[in-house]
Amino acid sequence: MNPNGNPIWTLIWTFGLMSLFAIGGANAAIPEMHRIAVDVRHWMTDKQFADVFAISQLTPGPNVLIVTLIGYAVAGVAGALAATLAMCVPTAVLAYYVSGLLARSGHSRWPGLIQAALVPLSIGLMAASGLILAQTTDRSVVAVLMTAATAILTFTTRLNPFWFLLAGGLLGFAGVI
Amino acid sequence: MSPESPPAAVPAPDLSSSVEESPLQPPPGLVGLFVAFAKMSTAGFGGVLYWARRGIVDQHRWMTADEFNETYALCHFLPGPNIVNFSMVFGSRIRGIAGGIAAFAGLLAPPTAIITILAALYARYGEIDTLRRILAGVSCAAVGLLIATVLRMMTPLIKRRDVIGIILLVVVLVAVGLARLPLQAVLLVAIPISLAVTFYMRRRISA
Repeated sequence: MNPNGNPIWTLIWTFGLMSLFAIGGANAAIPEMHRIAVDVRHWMTDKQFADVFAISQLTPGPNVLIVTLIGYAVAGVAGALAATLAMCVPTAVLAYYVSGLLARSGHSRWPGLIQAALVPLSIGLMAASGLILAQTTDRSVVAVLMTAATAILTFTTRLNPFWFLLAGGLLGFAGVI
Repeated sequence: MSPESPPAAVPAPDLSSSVEESPLQPPPGLVGLFVAFAKMSTAGFGGVLYWARRGIVDQHRWMTADEFNETYALCHFLPGPNIVNFSMVFGSRIRGIAGGIAAFAGLLAPPTAIITILAALYARYGEIDTLRRILAGVSCAAVGLLIATVLRMMTPLIKRRDVIGIILLVVVLVAVGLARLPLQAVLLVAIPISLAVTFYMRRRISA
């Protein structure tokens, strides 16, 4: 896998650095996770990546835990823990210090400005996540229809997302997708 | 102090006032923080934010809705998983650094344990045809949910005809999604440009 060193350090370095660029949250980092896990390091196949995304969406908890699954695939339980902590600890520490700083400096206009500047970039990254995952997942007409129907119905109604995951699982089980 | 103990020192909520005006409850202790975040984290599907708001604002009344929004907005503009950042900031505001760690651990430990077990099951049984088909179906729906989130976040940009925002969005989408350029490289170029443009536009409006 990585003949030059311990895969745990590779995981820590990779996800620790990635977390600092995950503006808008974990879903914004999915293109980079895919690029590194599938294209650069060959930790998993395209299909396995789509699988771990599905599993992370099926599991309760923050959706950042897709990195736990990637870490496990690389180095078992130790890899799962290393990837999770590397992705979560540095930015949590940063958030702790920034929040303390802002509390002391009163109401600055910088946070609002930075946020306004980052929002379009963050949406662009999430759109790229959708695009990359759709290329892997939507390989049949029914699959494309399922994704489109879920996107449109979730956007226009307030149905619980769980029903769509369940419907997808049932259609997959029946061999339709 | 256990946060589950009755808040004896706090006057009973005035039932005549509206829900929003009822007094905030005393802050939880370390164990209380851990348990509360563990519950929110494992409560449901589709992200923790909904459950965090419900738990902190509606059930426990540890924060007003405005305080919650303000704190969450801070965590949204910082990099990294938002809700994880939020647990750290919320916990540390209440009980210092130990509180931050308690909330962080509560949020992450139970779901990480669950998903590690699922990872082990997937490693062993992932090649079984039935499971592959089910996961393929779930993936289709999961991608649809992600696209719906993107549409929802784009709506305000489109409504206020934010042409520059939409151009930046599309450039990032193409660079990362189609050209598959590294995230760091794209952002190190895009963030300064976006900051400069936003700063310039705001000055022009206020001038």
